[in-house]
Formats: sequence, structure tokens, C-alpha cells
Amino acid sequence: MSGLLVTARWVALRNLRHAFTNPALLVPSILFPLVFLLAFAGGLSSLQDTPGFDFRSGYTSFQFVFILLQSAAFGGIFTGLGVAADFESKFARRLLLAAPGRGGILLGYVAAGIVRFGFTVAMVTAVGLIAGMEVDGTAPQFAALVALAMVANAAATLYSLGYCLRVQSVAAAPAMQTPIFILLFLAPVYVPLDALDGWIHAVASWNPLTALLEAGRGFISGDPDESGVAFGLAAALVALMAVWAVRGLRRAEAGDV
Amino acid sequence: MRQPAIVFPTIVFPLVLLAVNAPGLEEATRLPGFPTDSYLDFAIAVCFLQGALFALTTAGTELAHDVETGFLSRLSLTPLRSVALLLGQVAGAVTIGILGTILYITVGLIAGVSVSAGAGGVLVLLALSLLVCLSFAAIGALMGLRTGSGEAVQAAFPLMFVLFFLSSINLPRDLIEVDWFRTIATWNPISYLVEAFRSLIISGWDGGALWRGFAVALGILVLAALGARSALLSRMERT
Repeated sequence: MSGLLVTARWVALRNLRHAFTNPALLVPSILFPLVFLLAFAGGLSSLQDTPGFDFRSGYTSFQFVFILLQSAAFGGIFTGLGVAADFESKFARRLLLAAPGRGGILLGYVAAGIVRFGFTVAMVTAVGLIAGMEVDGTAPQFAALVALAMVANAAATLYSLGYCLRVQSVAAAPAMQTPIFILLFLAPVYVPLDALDGWIHAVASWNPLTALLEAGRGFISGDPDESGVAFGLAAALVALMAVWAVRGLRRAEAGDV
Repeated sequence: MRQPAIVFPTIVFPLVLLAVNAPGLEEATRLPGFPTDSYLDFAIAVCFLQGALFALTTAGTELAHDVETGFLSRLSLTPLRSVALLLGQVAGAVTIGILGTILYITVGLIAGVSVSAGAGGVLVLLALSLLVCLSFAAIGALMGLRTGSGEAVQAAFPLMFVLFFLSSINLPRDLIEVDWFRTIATWNPISYLVEAFRSLIISGWDGGALWRGFAVALGILVLAALGARSALLSRMERT
């Protein structure tokens, strides 16, 4: 057990040092969510005037929740991508040989991902508040929103780790991001679910991210709804992706790529 | 073109983005003053610009690769004219951009987009797309030659992405409620490019939108091409 934690600690510290001392990694992780927040909340706020749009905390808060989940997903993907870079530089092979508990590699990446995402949350929240975001929920409700996003971040990191442990190449990034991107935008991003029509409404109704998004919007507006379902779904995603990542680790250990 | 794994996703990605974004933003057509009742008609113009954006990264990355590998230095020992090299790289990227535009128009028409300006409008749209792809490819060439690093050119992608999102790509400028955003969108040249494309699809022949779009594209092309030529001459200077 201690071997697992020692490995996790060193992998997390290494990842964090690399992330926070490398502007090429740090800047996009902050810039992208901020641009999306400003673009969606600023450029699309007229959508709150459309019939059927009933979100009392305003459009900036409405979009903030989506941006938070989007950052959680892409933040997780970029954290996991570090393992692909490690394979390309041959460091991962040495790590697999030296680590006293190889499961700690996964744990370390997930922990680093959550810390990195925490930094993004702080930045996006600060900019959101400056931009006039209203938080009608209580402090515990806002904390629950952040916690939900962090669970989603852990699931995304595990998904990315599982993928990268199999392909072991940074070039796989676009192929890995595309399904997540599509899944995110097939949720009620711009207007509430009830305001969507046609096939997009049907697809969004079955999209698990819709539950997370709606629960998050419930937290920020102080009107939590089906939050238990959202946390249950997020936990199930983490469990599923953990199995995917562990199997990826086993394949990498066996050199089966 | 010999690397379909690279070319195919870059051409198809704008269509994927359109497919997932347009239905989600369909509600916007219910806003009073929205110029069309189909968000697909409104949004397809963005694909043409995204295609041009890939011309930027392709031209820039290829030229930066030539700098990084020393190919450009070796060329400086030959009688090759610098402009020919620049045109060759830009032409390749623009060809891919134009193929993308034809694909977007075809898919759009199949999906129910109607071009209000008719067949002549499609030809003008292709001409504008050619000019925009040239302008963006020239920016890419300028970046590639100035930095000499493919990574640096790729890093410019987020910057262009920011410019895209801070424009009128999602809503007409007069329907943007937030003042600071509308001001940025008004100063952002991307707004005029997308509005020119959009005018041919939605309004028919809108001379104002068209001349602004062509003028912005031409202005970018002249500035970027002059910059790229100067950068290339510095790179190929014999010492």
C-alpha cells in the first residue's frame, strides 16, 4: 500500500512541476476556458430572451457550469496525455520498472489532474464573478458543483490514461478528444434541455453529461435537482474509466501495444 | 494529400462542429430580428473560415519544417526565386482549403441550406473563400518563416481560435446584448469575413457586407504576404 502511495505522490509532484513550470501547458489550460466563458456568456447572452429559457441566475451562471465541466473533461485529457509524452521520451518504461506500486502511476496522474483543475476552477470562477456571474446557491451548493466537476475530471483523466497507455503516442490526442467534444456539445449547452427540439433533444436526454450539467446548474441557482443521480453517474463513470485505465496499464506492462 | 490521416480530420472537423452546434443554437432563430429561421443557414459560414484556419496551420507548419530541417538553407544555394517557394507552399494549403469549401457547400446543400444569392453567389463564395484561404495561409507562412518552428505555428492556433470566438460567428452583431463583446466583435476582422460569407447564403446580394469582407481579406493578404516575403528574404540571405 505504501508503495502505491509513494509512487502516486512522486508521479503527481512530477506532473504538477512540469505543468506549472511549462507555459505551453499552463496557458492553454487557463486561456481556453476563459475564452469559452467570455465568448459564450458574452456573445450568446441574448439566448436568455428566447421563449422557454427560465434560468434565474442569468446566462453567465448558466454557461459557467458548462465551461466548468468542459474544463474538467479537457483538463483530464491533457493530464493523461502526459503519460503518452512519457512513453515517447522512454521515461514511462523506466517508471514502470522502478515504481514500487504501478497502480500509483494512475493515482498520481488523477491527483495531479485534480490539483491542476482546481487552479483552473479558481481562475474561471474569478473571471466569471468579475463578468457578473450570479451565484444564488449557498457555499456548500457551490462546493458541491466544484466537487461534481472534480469527479468528472477524475473520470476524464482515467479515460485519457487508458487511451494513452494503449497508443503511447501524443499524436493520438485529436482522436481521443473528438468523442468527448461531441459528447459535451450533445448536451444542453446553450439553452435548457426543455428548450431543445427534435433529435438534439432526444440525444441530450440520454446523454449522461446532461445530468451533470443540469445538477450543476441547479447548484449554482440554489435549486438543486437530481444531484444524487448526477453524483451517482459521475461515480459510475469514474469506476468504468478506472477499469479501462487499469487494463491499459496491464497492457503497457505486458508491452502489448 | 498523401497524408489522408492529417488532411481528412482537418477538413471534416468543421462539419462535425456544425452538426453538433447548429441544433443546439436553433433556439437563437426565435430571437426578434434574427435574419433567418434556420440556424444551419447562419452557421455554415463558420465552416469556410475554419477551413481557412487549417490553411494557416498547414502552410505555416510546412514552411517552419523546411526551416527546421535546413531545407530552406540548402535552397538558398540554388537559383530558385524565393517567391516561387512561398507560392508553392501557400498554393498547397489553399488547395486543401478550397476542397474543404466545396465539400462544405455540397454537404450544406444536401442538409437543406439554400444559397439566397443563387449559383452566381456560390461562385462569389468560392472566390471569397479562395482569397480568405490565401490570406490565412500567408499569415501561416509569415509565422512559420519568422519563428522557424512548427510548434510555434501550432501555438498560434489558440490565438486564432480566440479571434474566432470573439466575433459575430454565433450571433449577428446587432443581437449581441453585452456591450464590450459587441465592441470587440465590431473591431474584429473575423466578423466581416464571416458576415460576407453569410450574406450570400442568407440575404442574397448584400454589397456592403461583400465589399467589407473582400477588403478585409485583401488587406490581410497584402500585409501578411509582404511580411512573409521579407521574412523569407532574411532566411535565404547568403552570408
